[in-house]
Amino acid sequence: MSGRLIRAAVIAIAGIALATLPFWVGNAYYINIASQILFWAVFALSLNILVGYAGLVSLGHAGLFGIAGYTAGLLLEGGHGHLTAIFAALAAVLATSVIFAILSLRSTGIGFLMITLALGQILWGIAYRWATLTNGDNGVVVRSRPAPFGIVLTSPTSFYYATLIVFLLVVVSIAMFVRSPFGASVRGTRDQPRRMTALGYHVWLIRFIAFLLSGLWAGVAGILFVYYNQFISPQVVALQTSAEVLLMVISGGTATLLGPIAGAAIVVIMKNVVSAYIERWNLVLGIIFVAIISFMPEGLVPGSVRLSKMGWRLFRDRYSSAVLSNVAEPPP
Amino acid sequence: MNLWLTLAVNSVALGGLLFLLSAGFSLIFGLMRIPNLMHGSFFMLGAYFGVTFLAKGTNFWVAALASGAAMAIIGGLVERFLLRRLAGQELPQVLLTLGLSFIVSDICLMIWTGDPIQPSTPSSLQGAVQAFGIYFPIYRLVIVAVAVAVAVALWLMIDWTRLGAMIRAGVDDGPIARVIGIKVSQLFTLIFCLGAALAAFAGVMGSPILSVYPGLDIDMLPLALLVVILGGTGSLLGAFVGSFVIGFLYNFGQAMFPDLAYVILFLPMLLVLVLRPQGLFGRVVS
Repeated sequence: MSGRLIRAAVIAIAGIALATLPFWVGNAYYINIASQILFWAVFALSLNILVGYAGLVSLGHAGLFGIAGYTAGLLLEGGHGHLTAIFAALAAVLATSVIFAILSLRSTGIGFLMITLALGQILWGIAYRWATLTNGDNGVVVRSRPAPFGIVLTSPTSFYYATLIVFLLVVVSIAMFVRSPFGASVRGTRDQPRRMTALGYHVWLIRFIAFLLSGLWAGVAGILFVYYNQFISPQVVALQTSAEVLLMVISGGTATLLGPIAGAAIVVIMKNVVSAYIERWNLVLGIIFVAIISFMPEGLVPGSVRLSKMGWRLFRDRYSSAVLSNVAEPPP
Repeated sequence: MNLWLTLAVNSVALGGLLFLLSAGFSLIFGLMRIPNLMHGSFFMLGAYFGVTFLAKGTNFWVAALASGAAMAIIGGLVERFLLRRLAGQELPQVLLTLGLSFIVSDICLMIWTGDPIQPSTPSSLQGAVQAFGIYFPIYRLVIVAVAVAVAVALWLMIDWTRLGAMIRAGVDDGPIARVIGIKVSQLFTLIFCLGAALAAFAGVMGSPILSVYPGLDIDMLPLALLVVILGGTGSLLGAFVGSFVIGFLYNFGQAMFPDLAYVILFLPMLLVLVLRPQGLFGRVVS
């Protein structure tokens, strides 16, 4: 009971902190970083549906993220309205997810990963090479942000609130998904696919729907991304983006609701801090990957807790043995 | 007419290069079940080593072999000290190799800068031979010859030698192979070194044609993936056939539909996945 109370209190405090963030942060630069964290968290949460709950690791999610961003960007550039662009982007990402899912779910495990990687590279190739459609390396510029209910989203604060609302909707819907019977069956296909089949569940269909959900939220994140940056280029669709968002998921801890959010915060902050000092973000990204895998495979947050406990124990043991040897010299 | 022939010759040469690259990938992935996402990095780093040796005036073949040897050592170290600790855990292996590939690409950018480097074709292999009234560039023929030679050598090694039999035993039933005294771990390290060396060798062979530039790794890795998905994992014949299919599709796609070259490249993969998920020559693994 008290656990539930603490939980509710933490959620309430976090909610109030998020809702009042622009007032105590003040600086527009930091408000923008908060917006970045929120839409990357939406992206990481979407990937976590597959990686954490369905046990399917996708390295092609930047493709889904990008196709929503590109569709919205290209339609806006073509003079269409914001509503049309957003719905068309969601439709495009759903259609692409259907194709991705049909092809990649021919396999699981490493085969799934390789196929999604290859599919993601196709989309990168289209974004990069089909210059007549996508403007190639020059990317697509989006000149305006939408104004829902007459509220203009040009200022960092207003855009932050719009992102926050979308973020909260996504968090709530994913929390509902995880607790629903369907969420349980997705976890079932991760842990015991054969038993699930024997129980009469259609494992493929469950994975397929999980993929579509994941793709849809990735598309939402992609739309937020393109409205935030007002620009999208093939760089966004590249393998590196897929790897970054996967890093967010695994660094925070998979199959948890808070893990990907914490991971997104860690990666976005680190990227901004590192980029301020050196140009070697790729190198740092790689080193973080290798370090996490080698030293804390369970994720950064649980891993650092474990490592600090271990360090404390080592320290305590050494200290106490030193005290002991001072007090009583052991007999030879 | 002449354009098509040139394209075909280029396609065969690219196919040869792809085989050198993906044979190692297929062996590592198919036999050891390690999804080695730094295989493209082996190719690029090998190519950079090669052009560095060439810039010092080394003989082309010596440079290619030395680069292969250097990469075998690097690959061996990666396998022995990083991947070995993650034996059987595919996801951590993927992430580790992906992380290493980012590190390698950034280090290459630091050392060799962002400018593409294109060494000239070795002087003894310049020019063309005439046959049936058509000119064939010698260097491209040499690449194909090397690829075929490597394919035959690998096939002989895997299928007809004691070493190959031990490797196959280690793959099929590792614990039992260990019980009867086969040093499976050492064999796997050996395969990994061999795969890395082949990739680096291919990188040097390919450098006069493709040139060496940042991003070469990410360009080559999906091609190796495609070859292996198409041909079937662990199958040398599959890698061989797949390489030439991809070689042709790549060159003809680029020439005929430059905008959609990438999509065309991936179409056969989609077909194979839908109709024959284990790949053209792959075994069904239960």
